[in-house]
Amino acid sequence: MLSVAVEHSLGDFRLDAAFESGGGVSALFGRSGAGKTSLVNAIAGLIRPERGRIVLDGEVLTDTTSGAFVPARCRKIGYVFQEGRLFPHLTVRQNLLYGRWFASRRGEAGEVAHVTELLGIGALLGRRPANLSGGEKQRVAIGRALLAQPRLLVMDEPLASLDEERKGEILPYIEGLRDEFAIPIVYVSHAIAEVTRLATMMVVMSEGRVAAAGPTAEIMSRIDLLPLTGRAEAGAILNTLIAGHDTAFGLTRLRAAAGELRVPSLDLPVGAALRVRIRARDVMIALEPPQGLSALNVLPGTVAEIGASDAASVEMRLDCAGEPLLARLTRRSVENLGLVPGRQVYAVIKSIAFDHQAFAGAVPALPGADAETRHA
Amino acid sequence: MSWLVAFSPEELTAIRLSLRVAFWAMLGSLPVGIVIALMLSRGRFWGKALLNVLVYLPLVLPPVVTGYVLLLLFGRRGLIGEFLADQLGIVFAFRWTGAALACAVMGFPLLVRSIRLSIDAVDRRLEDAAGTLGANALWIFATITLPLIVPGILAGMILSFARALGEFGATITFVSNIPGETQTLPTAVYALIQTPGGDLAALRLTLVSIVISMVALFASEALIERATRRTLGF
Repeated sequence: MLSVAVEHSLGDFRLDAAFESGGGVSALFGRSGAGKTSLVNAIAGLIRPERGRIVLDGEVLTDTTSGAFVPARCRKIGYVFQEGRLFPHLTVRQNLLYGRWFASRRGEAGEVAHVTELLGIGALLGRRPANLSGGEKQRVAIGRALLAQPRLLVMDEPLASLDEERKGEILPYIEGLRDEFAIPIVYVSHAIAEVTRLATMMVVMSEGRVAAAGPTAEIMSRIDLLPLTGRAEAGAILNTLIAGHDTAFGLTRLRAAAGELRVPSLDLPVGAALRVRIRARDVMIALEPPQGLSALNVLPGTVAEIGASDAASVEMRLDCAGEPLLARLTRRSVENLGLVPGRQVYAVIKSIAFDHQAFAGAVPALPGADAETRHA
Repeated sequence: MSWLVAFSPEELTAIRLSLRVAFWAMLGSLPVGIVIALMLSRGRFWGKALLNVLVYLPLVLPPVVTGYVLLLLFGRRGLIGEFLADQLGIVFAFRWTGAALACAVMGFPLLVRSIRLSIDAVDRRLEDAAGTLGANALWIFATITLPLIVPGILAGMILSFARALGEFGATITFVSNIPGETQTLPTAVYALIQTPGGDLAALRLTLVSIVISMVALFASEALIERATRRTLGF
């Protein structure tokens, strides 16, 4: 349990933010300059806020009223920095073991082996950071933070300095952390795809303040937050179960509260849970159950909310049997169809709209650790 | 060419003494140099600007003046010298230790500057990272900062050593030019040039001086390059 309330000034910038998080992955989301890094630096004890109180699992780490301030080295908060910050004069193994010298609980002997295996860095142990690629560096940085036995892991844009391919390579490892180690993670990011994939709850930050906080699915379905969460990538998150496989056509059936979805074949057992992000731009609206249409997925629902817009397009939230779904339409279509809140509609989604970005985690097949090329 | 290698005992003594003086000048000033460099690079305290000026003063003062100040402070009747001689039995005046002290003071600005620049260049975010992993300040210095500034320390040591080998003015002012006690290479060369018939010996020592300096500089380059490669892990 982490509870944070911080006020701090850096030049003209003013940070005034508070949030609470239980377990799992809490994402601090916002544009660069929103104050995310300052906030996690305060949590980790790297900055002493002007005013504020930070409590982790009942222990007061910072309290400016009483003057309490636990130094960073005593907080047991693992920090994965954006640029890795590996020690250049030490080997990968020495980097990994650095924090273990100070850990009060050494952990079992197999732990190093377990972490190196989970992160796929076993082959790198003898190398120096200068001889690692960007992705390898970040994996070592994650391992180093983990092996210091932290009770909270803070990750500040750990993927920001990597290209798309490397990001896709590391995300499964972070999911592995979330699922295998029961360690709470505060994950800073400005990439909505990462956040929706990893985060159980998210804190949306803007100009040093918290604009909204709550479960990821709830935040992502709020139309009023779209200017902050990003229109282009907007999309609601559906919780589904694998209902069955249609091997003849290479499709997998997913069951959601709203109805059944057919998506390109997934290598998951029947009954497995899967979070699916359905992007607003992939959703069409029909007034009648469509006939003679190629799209396979039709979910009935009602219009719950229509966003305000002067532009060509407008977002709306549908209520599909209690689950939210976002759709983006042209304003013209909204008017032509006479869409108003309460109106019964049918949401139409093409099956092929479900690409790898749509599935939040759970998709297996870790990319090979060796696929990465070394920087010369 | 036998005249080149046939060193007289006095000449050999001067060479040996020069190396000994330079070695101890370098080694003795190293810990102080690291501390002062750290204070100048990281410290925030009253009088920092003054300390900075004091450290660099020997670089710009005429060496004779530095030697004279040393004589006033560390001479037998000097402010500090009297105390050291009476209480601890340490005498600098007209001893080889005094020559080492003079050389240390003259080389100190070079030593401190080199180390300070390398401390300035250390990425402090690495130290923050070590802090989040549980290391305290002393441990961070020993395992992160110190290894990263090793090339700078080596460079500073070499500069200090080289400066000591060439030091003349402050040495001759402070401890004079006593063969076997304070007569180093430069003062020996100077004395030989003043002596009728000493030209050949002066030339020999000049060549020795050049050789020692060149070897020291080559060795330092190689050492620094190796250390840099080691720290950065290429």
